[in-house]
Amino acid sequence: MNGSLSQNGGVSVEVRGLRRSFGAQEVLKGIDFTVKPGEVFVIMGPSGSGKSVLLRHIIGLEEPQAGEILINGKPIGSPEVMDNYRMAMVFQSGALLNSLTVGENVGLYLAEHGLKSPDEISQIVAEKLEAVGLKGTENKMPSELSGGMKKRVAIARALVIEPQLILYDEPTSELDPLSAVVIGEEIRDLNDRIHVTSLVVSHDRDLAFGVADRIAVINEGRIIAMGTPDEVKGNPDPLIRKFLHADFKRLNES
Amino acid sequence: MFENIGEMVVLFWRTLMAVPLAWRQRQKVFDQFFEIGNASLLMVCILSFFIGGVIALQTGPILVERGLASAVGGLVGISTCKELAPVMMSILIAGRIGSAMAAEIGSMRVYQEIDALRTMNINPIHYLVLPRMLAMAIALPLLVIFSILVSWLGGAMVSAANNRIDISFPAFFMNLREVVDLADVGNGLFKSFCFALVIGVVSCHQGLVTRGGPRGIGRSVTKAVVNSIVLIVLFDYILTRLLLK
Repeated sequence: MNGSLSQNGGVSVEVRGLRRSFGAQEVLKGIDFTVKPGEVFVIMGPSGSGKSVLLRHIIGLEEPQAGEILINGKPIGSPEVMDNYRMAMVFQSGALLNSLTVGENVGLYLAEHGLKSPDEISQIVAEKLEAVGLKGTENKMPSELSGGMKKRVAIARALVIEPQLILYDEPTSELDPLSAVVIGEEIRDLNDRIHVTSLVVSHDRDLAFGVADRIAVINEGRIIAMGTPDEVKGNPDPLIRKFLHADFKRLNES
Repeated sequence: MFENIGEMVVLFWRTLMAVPLAWRQRQKVFDQFFEIGNASLLMVCILSFFIGGVIALQTGPILVERGLASAVGGLVGISTCKELAPVMMSILIAGRIGSAMAAEIGSMRVYQEIDALRTMNINPIHYLVLPRMLAMAIALPLLVIFSILVSWLGGAMVSAANNRIDISFPAFFMNLREVVDLADVGNGLFKSFCFALVIGVVSCHQGLVTRGGPRGIGRSVTKAVVNSIVLIVLFDYILTRLLLK
């Protein structure tokens, strides 16, 4: 999250005993997991299970009420983490600034921190947009883009930071299957090219099993299973089986 | 209510601490400044002309009947520059610009744009609040100068055109010059500067604490305008009392 752009390679993420309540409702009930550097870690679970709240804690948008989050062994929010590691988040809606053009959105981090000259920023923006298949869209406004394009712009904006950790919040929600595959390939491709640690929150089973090195399944604020895609697929827990194999036919039968 | 006041004080303090960074945000300050001027100039012109005119119309005939025709210019001049121009323009700007600020920041809050700024380590106060506050603090006093001049013109034109007042332009402005001095104009400008800060803080704060969807944004806009007007009137009394000779 700093402006030095000095270190490369993914970081490790450790979440220990994380708890969070909103009023009387306990959303996270003691979450524990570790993500290794350069890993694609997918957190799956039904809507309302606390996935997005968990992600907001990891990026530092929420303060934990109990437990801790460590980035390369150092607490999130500490000056060491803020100064030494770069993290980015791709929001569910893309969260592009609607008053700025696509190019200004993608180059915002560099421009606001004064890290590059305007010419260099234009060049980097063009490169990052090309990398996500949106060459030549710099002057468009976010309102002119489809949902999938907005998400790809959000990924380009995250890439400008040269992140060591990217968090994706429901990256394929509201997308058609083809766009979802493009986004999934993008996540995997980034991981292969720049070895960034990727933490993906999703209820999209195809995406999870397509991109994940490891998967955690969260339900009602607790992680109920964790492992490789094959281990999770083979988990006998009825809740997990119901979630992984839910389809219209089964619902009709039951 | 006290929580809101506390949050606004903290927001004002943090914005004040960010003023040294203003040069980096100069383009945004200029954009906001242009927005305030561009959106308000015509309204300021119409409102001010008729404020000056109506004061001349309300007071002129009564003063002339009592042989106090020479007081009309002074009365219009002093009442508009010390009170009516700063207060009316601030209320106009609270409605026209404060509401827009609360709506824009509120919608950025609701649609996670502010969260996105925070994840990029961009301070929303530096990026959103500081340029708006600075532009408001510069633009409102300038609009008030313009308003004072136009309201004087309106008063003079009505005084000259109305048969029951019938005071010439030179006589109106000569009397005005005898009563109003630069300190009175400065008094009005100082008040408008304070009101600008009030509108900026209240509107940005309401935007930043917006919750929910479109209904939440609407609620923030209403609160921003109503709270700004209430605080403008309250601060008007306090400042008038403090600046009383």
